[in-house]
Amino acid sequence: MWEQVIEDAPRFFGPWNLLFLGEALVNTLLLSYLGAGIGFVIGFGLAIGRHPRLYGVLPLRIAATAYVEIFRRIPFLVKLMCVFFAFQLSGAQASLFTVALVTVVLSAAAFAAEIARAGIESVPAPQWDAAEAMNFSRWRVLTRVVAPQSWRVALPPLFGYAVGFIKSTSIASQIGVLELTYAAKILNTRGFSALLCFGTILVVYFLICWPTKRLGERLEARLGRRAKA
Amino acid sequence: MSYGGKADVLRGVSLDVERGEVIGLIGPSGSGKSTILRTLVGLLKPKAGQVTVDGAPVDYASRSSLRTARDRFAIVFQQYNLFQNMTALRNVAIAPTLVKKRDRGQVEAEARALLARVGLAEKVNAYPDELSGGQQQRVAIARALALKPDILLLDEVTAALDPELVGEVLDTIRALQRDGMTMLIVSHEMGFIREVASRVAFLDQGSVVEVGPPADVFDRPTSPRLRDFTSRILRH
Repeated sequence: MWEQVIEDAPRFFGPWNLLFLGEALVNTLLLSYLGAGIGFVIGFGLAIGRHPRLYGVLPLRIAATAYVEIFRRIPFLVKLMCVFFAFQLSGAQASLFTVALVTVVLSAAAFAAEIARAGIESVPAPQWDAAEAMNFSRWRVLTRVVAPQSWRVALPPLFGYAVGFIKSTSIASQIGVLELTYAAKILNTRGFSALLCFGTILVVYFLICWPTKRLGERLEARLGRRAKA
Repeated sequence: MSYGGKADVLRGVSLDVERGEVIGLIGPSGSGKSTILRTLVGLLKPKAGQVTVDGAPVDYASRSSLRTARDRFAIVFQQYNLFQNMTALRNVAIAPTLVKKRDRGQVEAEARALLARVGLAEKVNAYPDELSGGQQQRVAIARALALKPDILLLDEVTAALDPELVGEVLDTIRALQRDGMTMLIVSHEMGFIREVASRVAFLDQGSVVEVGPPADVFDRPTSPRLRDFTSRILRH
């Protein structure tokens, strides 16, 4: 087995394959960071729209809650299929990459909404009372008082999920999106050793996930020292 | 004024306060003292009744009317409720700069003066968790004063403090009384109420049972409930 890896290696790391893996890497990064980024922004919006002391009017609260509860409970692959067929049914022309990106966004939004809710609820009600009694608008209560105090609670799980989404993007290979896992599968079918193909993307996944996790830990430590604005 | 859900927490509370007066609100726990103050600043919505400030009724259902009312009242809470993410100075200066859109430099100069007035000139850059309870409460009073309220509401401001820290907060309030600040003070510090209040209102089960000068309320209670309350208080 190792002889084959050593024999394949120079050819495997040839320019064409590196370009191919590079494109896959870019797609994985886009799906992970862009998808999670957009999703988190939408998720924060959902959390704000759900909160009775912020902008939570009843219909909005019900809709947001239903969305969050349902989307957190469906496996990623099933969500991917649902989005895929929803695009097909609607007749909209969407690339497989778009399908995968939309799925990551929808997932990330649901999880981020729940994390943001926990963050908001970690700020004691008297903090709101004080701000409201001083005529802070809802937006200012949120941005000046609640959000700065929520980060400490919200940040660690947020980064935890971000790492989770990087890993989930591998499932997009199931519908043929060219990301790292799919690239490895293709190279494997072209005759390169499985160990080489999957071993390589294993290292690449680690090189993406680990710094992300470290970044989260460093931000957390900074907030822990001084969770102040 | 009345407030409440299934059972009314407040009913039949009627009280006129003159400018410069200090009203002490006393009564057993759950009698609705704090509820009155929280209702005045719109943290609780009254079901019925009317609050009139300088002849103008406050409509708590209307945002603009509520905003006007909150401009005139400032409340200090039992648990201080300082913004944990801001320094003492920022806590005092934030509402005037942000809500009242005043010049930041000028507001901060005023905030420093206010903090000096409550004896915390050296603590301007401290965060709440670096201050003692008494210091936090004095920052909270400075923060309320920075709003330049017509009426200051003090909700059991010494109840959460260690006994040795109560004095410094009471001194601050005494100084405000001498300056002619209109105040509604909810407190269990009967000796203090007696000293600073121009009138005392005794509440029980959501109603004002008796109102009058401290000497009358404490020494010559007319209603049996107040007599019962004062006798229990004065015993210790």
